[in-house]
Amino acid sequence: MNRFVLFLLALLAATLPAAAQTTVIRNATVLTVTKGTFQGSILIRDGKIVEAGEKVLVPDGARVIDAGGQFVMPGIIDCHSHIAADSINEGAVAVSSMVGIEDVINPDDIDIYRALAGGVTTANILHGSANPIGGKCQVMKMRWGKDAQGLIFEGATPGIKFALGENVKRSGSPGNGFGASPGLRYPASRMGVEDVIREALTEARAYQKEWRDYQAKIDRHEQAIPPRRDLKLEPLVEVLEGKRYVHAHCYRADEILMLLRVADDFGFKIRTLQHVLEGYKVAGEIAAHGTGASTFSDWWAYKAEAFDAIPYNAAIMVRKGVLVSLNSDSAELMRHLNTEAAKAMKYGGLDETEALSLVTINPAKQLGIEKRVGSIEPGKDADLAIFDRDPLSNYAKVEKVFIDGELYFDREKDLEERPGKEARKKALIDKEKAQEKKERKKPEPAEDKKSEEPGGVE
Amino acid sequence: MRTGAASLPILAITLTLVSLCAAGPDTILLRGATVHPVSGPDIADGSVLLRDGKIAEIGARIAVPKGARVVELKGLHIYPGMIDSATEIGLSEIGAVREMNDVSDIGLFKPQLRAASAVNPASEHIPVTRANGITSVITSPGGGIVAGQSVLMHLSGWTMEDMAVRAPAAMRLEFPNIRTPNRFAAAETPGRTSAYAEAKKRYEQQMRDLNDFMESARRYRQAKAVAGPDFEIDLKLEAMIPVLDGKLPMLIRAEKEKTIKEAIAFADKQKVHMILERGTEAWKVAAELKAHNIPVVLPPTLRLPDEEDDPYDKPFSIPGELSKAGVKFAFASFGPGDEDNPRNLPYEAAAAVGFGLPREEALKAVTIYAAQIWGVGDEIGSIEKGKWADLIVTDGDPLETRTQIKQMYIKGAAVDLDNKHHRLYEKYLAR
Repeated sequence: MNRFVLFLLALLAATLPAAAQTTVIRNATVLTVTKGTFQGSILIRDGKIVEAGEKVLVPDGARVIDAGGQFVMPGIIDCHSHIAADSINEGAVAVSSMVGIEDVINPDDIDIYRALAGGVTTANILHGSANPIGGKCQVMKMRWGKDAQGLIFEGATPGIKFALGENVKRSGSPGNGFGASPGLRYPASRMGVEDVIREALTEARAYQKEWRDYQAKIDRHEQAIPPRRDLKLEPLVEVLEGKRYVHAHCYRADEILMLLRVADDFGFKIRTLQHVLEGYKVAGEIAAHGTGASTFSDWWAYKAEAFDAIPYNAAIMVRKGVLVSLNSDSAELMRHLNTEAAKAMKYGGLDETEALSLVTINPAKQLGIEKRVGSIEPGKDADLAIFDRDPLSNYAKVEKVFIDGELYFDREKDLEERPGKEARKKALIDKEKAQEKKERKKPEPAEDKKSEEPGGVE
Repeated sequence: MRTGAASLPILAITLTLVSLCAAGPDTILLRGATVHPVSGPDIADGSVLLRDGKIAEIGARIAVPKGARVVELKGLHIYPGMIDSATEIGLSEIGAVREMNDVSDIGLFKPQLRAASAVNPASEHIPVTRANGITSVITSPGGGIVAGQSVLMHLSGWTMEDMAVRAPAAMRLEFPNIRTPNRFAAAETPGRTSAYAEAKKRYEQQMRDLNDFMESARRYRQAKAVAGPDFEIDLKLEAMIPVLDGKLPMLIRAEKEKTIKEAIAFADKQKVHMILERGTEAWKVAAELKAHNIPVVLPPTLRLPDEEDDPYDKPFSIPGELSKAGVKFAFASFGPGDEDNPRNLPYEAAAAVGFGLPREEALKAVTIYAAQIWGVGDEIGSIEKGKWADLIVTDGDPLETRTQIKQMYIKGAAVDLDNKHHRLYEKYLAR
């Protein structure tokens, strides 16, 4: 072995995270999702699944987790979430592709831990639905405790939000909560939504040509002035070139087909249709376009465009050959996507594996991360959720969650830590009260309304 | 891969039920199922006899009465139909469309408004909800302080006359509280303290108004008792008389500990029969609720913790805690004023089971306890002789998502389980 290889090995050893070790989860019912279900073990080393099978030898020094009577499934993947971000909507403009979630990640959002406690290990964090073309999305792992950079799913293909229909139409009107713009903001109709998207992509095409022409001149060693960078159009050029995935919020069948036509005209694919509540009406067209669909299990009737939503949506689209996932769009729903998947069995008769696929391997494929996550297979990231019973049961609860082989959630530990946290909280409150008492003794300036701080209000 | 085969049995059942529907309530013997009366032990291979809309008999063996139709249910289960204690079914078709939403009206004191008068019996929500085993719901008006009269109704019938179990079932009060503006509004308000001071002032005014209103109602009642034939009727105050007489319970919405305590004190002082609605912090007041015998319509179990530093599973463990403390409660899907999906009521109950609520208690809290809370414990909510025959036939535990509801009977008549969603499913699966 030459010196250089030794040096590389040393470097590798030095860069391994401290927690890197060998773990075996054994005696579990293993729901691999892609390779069947069996009673057996999973061997994890250096954050990856090394082996999964009925008989797995336990290496010396390995940490052994006995999961007798318990169920292990791949960490749940939520293709549509808005947690862990300081802001969601830039609604003042109809095209906000210059902004992105990456710049507003909040690693302290408690919803990350809550999602983790629901078995979620990866989520696609999207910009809101205030504009036909929204901001850039960010795929994250729920690595609770890491900083913003540490949450980012390294290597995931970047994405961008598009949105159609009612939310887009009503944005710009005052008091909708999306932006500050008073009065009207174009578009106000589904026709206008299509136009805004076509206008922006047309601009992007021209911008792409400017750069191509410039590059051609450079290649010919001609003198050339580079075009002015346009941060709004850059991500759209990436969309045209298939380097950035479009996740498009939509409801009605007509607007779904409109967007597919636009994408066809501009020569790219819509990666996923989000919500896509009437996807079942045009499932054949969606499948033919090669577009994925990420939907709610059973929300309906909360607005006009959701009135024809049916809980059979996921099942019909699966049967018609669409790649389907179930998403949450809600920090609450995110905590029980496993039982949301069970609804696709009830409504439309998917089998267990098909149902679990909706929240694991299918969203992984939609986000282009299926080589890393979404199933229990050797070589994949050790992102795993252990449930105390069949995760498709409403009585199931999460016991442990691993990301990259590290234990990020442990119910037992959570319960153990509660009395200590309670005591610390009480001590802080007592201290604050004592301080307040002390200050009250002093004569207060008239404008000090400290006693009217909104504590304990509804 | 199964292709469409799954829908065939459902279709067959649907067709059978459609043909049964026309028959109306007659004598039906349900036989060979595991019967779960909820009020007593399960009966394996049991039968239930339905006659004149009521449960005529229940047991292991029942002789087939003359003219009775026999329904064989081998391998299936019979449960009482479930009751959702907080919905806006029939009042709101599409929440966001003003023209299709009749949940709330203008004003703060509106006791004369009756949900029962505005429920649309043809609402698509009715068949969609009952398809998952829910046979009765509370539908409530919302908004203001005294919001109006809630109705307890069956999810089947051509008119409210057919549907009403209790109309009204309660007078609904949204108890005043200090409500600071939401974060969007707060952004426009300079300084949080002033927003809080304003909210506090508003709350204090509303408390005065509420007490004044109760006092007016009380004086009106006194005046009416001694008045002659030319007594001038006031519809608002008139509507309060059953409440003051203790004949109509007051469904009081209060969430935080402080508000719940104030509501209890209010109910005590006014001598009204209180049902606590929502009560997110009811667990902090459990002993008082128990001591005052006040039942609770629980907020959704499937919700985020109410405080950022609450344990992640707090909402899941509260029902178990209340059960241990001896507080009576019912689950609800939750309207008015929330995005509700009443068909998921059983899952609100199931979510508490993994976190300390006994499964039997969870089931009771969507059936018999709800009936008792609404004062109809001897009419619905369990499979007992003499009660309305509100039954569901399932292939398993109704609290589990994967369980299918196979048949339903309301007031002894077979109910069509088809609905808008299933029709669209069939239509577009065949496209």
